[in-house]
Formats: sequence, structure tokens, C-alpha cells
Amino acid sequence: MQEAISIKVRRSQLGRVRGSGAAGSGVHHWYAERVTSIALVPLTLWFVFSMVRLAGATQESVAGWAGHPWNTVLLLSLVGMTFHHMQLGIQVVLEDYVHDRRVQSLAILANKAICGLLGLLAAVSVLKLALL
Amino acid sequence: MKDVRDALMVGHTSDGTLVRRPLSPHLQVYRPQMTSVLSIMNRVTGLAASAGTVLLVWWLAAAAAGPAAFEHVQWFIGTPVGLFMLFGWTASLMYHFWGGLRHLAWDAGWGYELDKTHLTGWLTIGATVVSTVLIWVAGLLVLRS
Repeated sequence: MQEAISIKVRRSQLGRVRGSGAAGSGVHHWYAERVTSIALVPLTLWFVFSMVRLAGATQESVAGWAGHPWNTVLLLSLVGMTFHHMQLGIQVVLEDYVHDRRVQSLAILANKAICGLLGLLAAVSVLKLALL
Repeated sequence: MKDVRDALMVGHTSDGTLVRRPLSPHLQVYRPQMTSVLSIMNRVTGLAASAGTVLLVWWLAAAAAGPAAFEHVQWFIGTPVGLFMLFGWTASLMYHFWGGLRHLAWDAGWGYELDKTHLTGWLTIGATVVSTVLIWVAGLLVLRS
């Protein structure tokens, strides 16, 4: 009978949650999600407005537009904020719905990699349009 | 009893028999409401808007690669599948934008009263529809001129 009760059951509730949560990092993830979302409010408005004006534009006019210093800076900011916000948001979804800890950890790492690579690809493309 | 927490989950029915109560009642127990449905929608549109960024990255990378690659992506966006993706991206981005403003207002401590929550919920839905339609009408007008 004693065998049936695992060591996990005898640990206190505090002992069980220690080390498996956000211990130490506190509200950082939540806070970063808000900060990026606030930055994305004006950036998204500007982006949507720009995209409407560029509907059907040629490569030459898109390059000219992206090469304007203000547009370059805003595009880079948009890309940075978007992919950071996206990585944070998708991670929360993975933490909520992927229950297998190993699969969850791998999914979170893959999410970071994909968001990071997409963001870098977008940023390098903007820089190439603007500087070359 | 597998888990000490089970001790907290024991309840009585009205005839006195013991029942195991759910620790956290989940989705299927509740009738869909404005609050819960819009909350789920915020996640769904966040994921859809994330998927849409692939379109943005492709568009930027093609523009950087040159006129031939750019013409290819412009052609794809003009196909029915491309237009559907672009429209879905617009709509989900707009929902996530307006819903995000609603969340930021909550974070600032405003709008928790039920009447305000319902009002801002309807405003989110209305603003999504209006802004999505306006963007597409404006885009098509630019395309024509």
C-alpha cells in the first residue's frame, strides 16, 4: 500500500510548484507583451495606411518608399515589435494547450526560432531595400 | 486518491451522496457569452495574424530580391487564394488591433463593469467590420487609379 503513494504526493503544494513556474522572472513576459502591443498601435495604423497607398505598386516604387529614412525606421520598428509580440503571444498559447512538457519545451524553442528568423529575414530585406 | 488535491474536490449532492467536484469547470460547462467568445477570438485572430506575417515577409524579401521576384508575389496575392489570405489577414489584424486596445484599457483598470464590457465588445466587432471594409475599399480605389 505504501508503494502506491508516490514521493510527489507527500511533497507540500509549495514544494511542488517551486521551480516549475515563472519564479524569478515575475511579470516580465506579461509586461513585454503589453509594451510591444502599445508600440504596435501607431505602427500598425501607419503600416495599414502605407499598404493601402502602395496597393498594386511596382517594385521600384516600393523600394523608393522603403528607402525613405523615416519609412525604413518605422518598418524596422514594426518588424521588431511584431515578431517579438508574436513570439510572446504564441508562447502563451503553447503553454496553455500543449500539455506534454517535453513537446511544449520543444514547441516554445521552435516558436522562438521561427519568429526570430522571420523577423531577421524581414529586417534584412528592409535594410537591403533601403541601403543597396 | 491519487493526489492530495483530490481532498479539496469532494462535495455532497442534495441527497447526501459524495461526489467528485471538478477542480476547474471548463469550457463545455458554460454557455457561450460575449466575454468568453471575444476572448477566444483574440487568441484565434492573434494566431491568424501571425500566420499572415509570412505574407509580409515574403513580400518584403521579394521586393529586396528584385522586380522579377516582386512580380511573382504580386501575382500570387492577386489570385483567389492570395486575395483570401490577404483579406483574412486584414480582418484578423483589425480584430486583434481593436480587441488589443480593449485589453489595454482593462490593463489600465478601465471597463470592467458588465455594461462597459458589453459595449466595448460590440465596439470591437463593429470597428473590425468597418475598418476591414474601409481598408479594402480604399485599397481597391488606389488599385484602380
